[in-house]
Amino acid sequence: MANTELIEKINQKLAEEFETDIERIRPDAPLMQTLELDSLDLVDMVVLVEQHFGLTLKAQDFATIKTFQDFYDFIDSHVNESNEQK
Amino acid sequence: MNRVVITGMGIYSCIGKNQEEVRRSLYHGVSGIGLDPVRKEYGYRSALTGILDKPDIKELLDRKKRMGLSEQGQYAYMATVEAFRQAGIDEAYLQENEVGILYGNDSSAEPVIHAVDIIREKRNTALVGSGSIFQSMNSTVTMNLSVIFKLKGISFTVSGACASGSHAIGMGYFLIRSGMQECLVCGGAQEVNMYSVGSFDGLSAFSIREDEPAKASRPFDKHRDGLVPSGGGATLILESYASAKRRGAKILGEVAGYGFSSNGDHLSVPNVDGPRRSLEMAIKDSGLGIKDIQYINAHATSTQIGDLNEAKAILHVLGDARPYVTSTKSMTGHEMWMAGASEIVYSMLMMQNDFIAPHLNFEEPDECSALLHIPVQTVQKEFDTFLSNSFGFGGTNSTLIIRKCHL
Repeated sequence: MANTELIEKINQKLAEEFETDIERIRPDAPLMQTLELDSLDLVDMVVLVEQHFGLTLKAQDFATIKTFQDFYDFIDSHVNESNEQK
Repeated sequence: MNRVVITGMGIYSCIGKNQEEVRRSLYHGVSGIGLDPVRKEYGYRSALTGILDKPDIKELLDRKKRMGLSEQGQYAYMATVEAFRQAGIDEAYLQENEVGILYGNDSSAEPVIHAVDIIREKRNTALVGSGSIFQSMNSTVTMNLSVIFKLKGISFTVSGACASGSHAIGMGYFLIRSGMQECLVCGGAQEVNMYSVGSFDGLSAFSIREDEPAKASRPFDKHRDGLVPSGGGATLILESYASAKRRGAKILGEVAGYGFSSNGDHLSVPNVDGPRRSLEMAIKDSGLGIKDIQYINAHATSTQIGDLNEAKAILHVLGDARPYVTSTKSMTGHEMWMAGASEIVYSMLMMQNDFIAPHLNFEEPDECSALLHIPVQTVQKEFDTFLSNSFGFGGTNSTLIIRKCHL
């Protein structure tokens, strides 16, 4: 489970990048619809994750993510994995 | 064949961010040229450039509409908003009618270089981001503006070097005259960043009169030492006379003639024959006599051979008529891909307001420019017809003739 600090950072970066009211970002809300993401935006999601969380991902890595909670867990697990490797 | 009229104009340049600012600068002979000191850090021979602020596009367009918009696309957007407003064309009209776009643009260097920097550093193309491809293509302006404004007519970019903007208007004129299109956005845009002019700087083509930026661009002056790169965006709304009358639009002017040619000669060194043929074709197409042309907005960029050969071509074709000749590049520098369109806007503003802007820095003529009628002070003059030349690398030439619309 992602910690509060990580969640707040994720919410802030997503709201900034995709110009969404941060209040609309809730754990159970659908990520794609809430942020109005299309296939091009997923490329920018890759850039955002690399810039702010140091993770190198591919757009297809997001295929199984439905909600913001899924996204938090996804980032959290990859951040932990990355830290363990270091 | 349809008559082709101008019903809207927009301009975003180093001498003003809208028509009124530009009109004032033209009237008072205000230079838009300054220095970009960073260029010296990168080994540029010249730091001279047109100076203009980037528009605050974030306040005007949402993320999806901004992400593919290059620097010159932003300038073109600002100019096109102004032009549509003047033409009285709104979203509803664009939704219901096939309005197209033909815009001059011949590079998009900055996003290409940024992308390559990221790929070299990160070894991951996804990290370039989604907008880069749409900013990098030569058609960046037309593809973005056609999506932003939801245009449904023709859409492509005209790449004709420093004649791009002029040829775009010429192509639009043909399409409307033939009845293939009723209304078009035509113009030219030019990025203003050091990446876009690095290799050009390397040719020693730019003025190095850095101690006097406002005096650096001096077309036709004997002591000219090269051009000053500049840029921005300029838009004209062209439509058929019938369409303009049907809409009740105010008609600002009429495209009377278009001429073109290629030198078939040298990549960078212009000749006299090509421009001469372009001038003659435009005059023949317009059906006007040489004495009808009261003002020429010359291509003259402030290079030795270019200005000399254009002066010879003008003297050959229009020497007997002796119209006023100026180069607004003495104020703006060379707006390159944009210049052929912006110089129509500048000349239109003069024609609408009964003056000819002063030709700056013309202190000592050479043997040919001495024979041209070049005013160094603002001339109060009512005129109804002007001609504008635009020439480019590879020897591409374009000439447009515009007049007030007589019923």
